[in-house]
Formats: sequence, C-alpha cells, structure tokens
Amino acid sequence: MMARITRIATLAFGAMAALMLAGCGERPQVIDYKQGTYQGKPDDLPYAAAPFNGDKDKWERDIRNRTQNQNEYKRIGS
Amino acid sequence: MARMKFLCDAERCIECNGCVTACKQEHDIPWGVNRRRVVTINDGVPGEKSVSVACMHCSDAPCMAVCPVDCFYKTQEGVVLHDKDLCIGSATAFYACPFGAPQFPQAGAFGVRGKMDKCTFCAGGPEKDNSAAEFTKYGRNRLAEGKLPACAEMCATKALLGGDGDTIADIYRQRVTVRGKGSEVWGWGTAYGRPDAPKPVPGAKS
Repeated sequence: MMARITRIATLAFGAMAALMLAGCGERPQVIDYKQGTYQGKPDDLPYAAAPFNGDKDKWERDIRNRTQNQNEYKRIGS
Repeated sequence: MARMKFLCDAERCIECNGCVTACKQEHDIPWGVNRRRVVTINDGVPGEKSVSVACMHCSDAPCMAVCPVDCFYKTQEGVVLHDKDLCIGSATAFYACPFGAPQFPQAGAFGVRGKMDKCTFCAGGPEKDNSAAEFTKYGRNRLAEGKLPACAEMCATKALLGGDGDTIADIYRQRVTVRGKGSEVWGWGTAYGRPDAPKPVPGAKS
C-alpha cells in the first residue's frame, strides 16, 4: 500500500515538475508574416491610353516639367 | 521616374483648406469623406503650424500588409491604390494607417460602413483609365492626363508639393536654402522688416 502511494506521489511529482518546466520554455511568439499578393483587377499604366499612347518617356517628361511649375524660383524667377 | 510623393511645407501652409476643397471638387467626394485634411498644431497661438495630410503613399505601406482581402497594390510610380470591388470595409487599413488616410463612407442607415476610400494621388484605380467607372469609384485620373494631384497643383502658397520624390525634394531644398531659418521665416521681421535690415532705396524695385 505504502509502495503504491509512493509510486503515485513520485509520478505526480514528476508530472508536476515536467509541467512547471514546460513553462520555462521560451518560444518566439511573433508570427512569420507573409506579405499577401494583390487579388484585385490589374490596373492600366498611366501612360497607356491617350494622349500618351504608351509613350512612357513623354509622360515622364510632361510630369517632370509640370512638377517644376510648383517651383516659383523657376516659374517666376528669383 | 522615382516614387510619387507629397511634401507639405509647414512654414508656408496657411490653413486655407484649399487642398481639401480641390480634392473634394475634383473627385466628387461624398459628404463625410475627407481624403485630405489640414491639421494645425497650437491652433490660435502665435507660431502655429499647419500641415496638409492625406495618404502618404508609403514605401512600405502598413495598409497593404494588414488588409485581409489583399485589395491593395502599388503602381510602378509608387502610388498605393486599392480595388473597391474587393474591399469589404473591414477598416483594418484604418487601424494600421498612421495618417488616418482610409475613409469610410456611410453606406446606409445606422452608420453602416461602406467600402474604403482614400487619396489616390489622382491616379484613379483598377478600371479603364478616365472611364466613368473609374471616376465613380476612385475619382479623376489626372496622372493619366499628364497632370499632378489637384491639391498640390492648386495650392496657393505652394506649401503642398506633389510629384516625383526626388524633384519635389530638390524644390524644397532650394526653397529652404533661399529663405534661411529662424525668426525671419515667420513673425514681426517678415511683416515689417528687421531693424538692422538695409533701408530700401526710394523708387527701387522691392
């Protein structure tokens, strides 16, 4: 009887020790995020349609020139 | 071309809300949705600063990362856009955005949230360029017309700059080096001249 109690106590102690030690295990809890991919419809390029008709260089040139309209040192002169 | 960016010069912004009005008018934005707004720090206190804020078209946009339906995409020009046909109005983009750019129109009674709406850098969305569908969902596509965002182009003081990041950075750099820094930027000295400034020559061009 006594031996049985001792065995149960030993097992219980062992299980409890294992359980408590499990709490010490430190695992990284930050998920490995994976960037999603766009699921929607494809978009046209801004220079694809008229008036640029696919002429990327002209579009970029126009945008660059237009951006300089915001610079009064060039637009008006200093 | 590098990446399209906005840059607001707080020294020049006079809180006229012209950019906000231009945006609303250009894209026929419904009541309650503000793609752009002007934020003022120390409002009413001398030295207050205003800055015009909208979607900043982040290089590493958090809205793109958190969207549960992956409806965001980035164009070759670095403009962050989204597909409204896919958007479920979850507002996760709103929580992620540090600028409060995503807006949600009231889609029905009891404040039902509609599909997300935000600044498109006047680049429309994933519909045929300059089509009626594109205008209805995303507003006018000025970029496809070879124009820059309406807010920046109409800014009276040119506080808000929009366009290629490198180009507008050059404009801003030149501006800062010309005007200098300190009390001459704002205040009495600007309005009435500094006491130690040279006296104007009568008849000379000011």
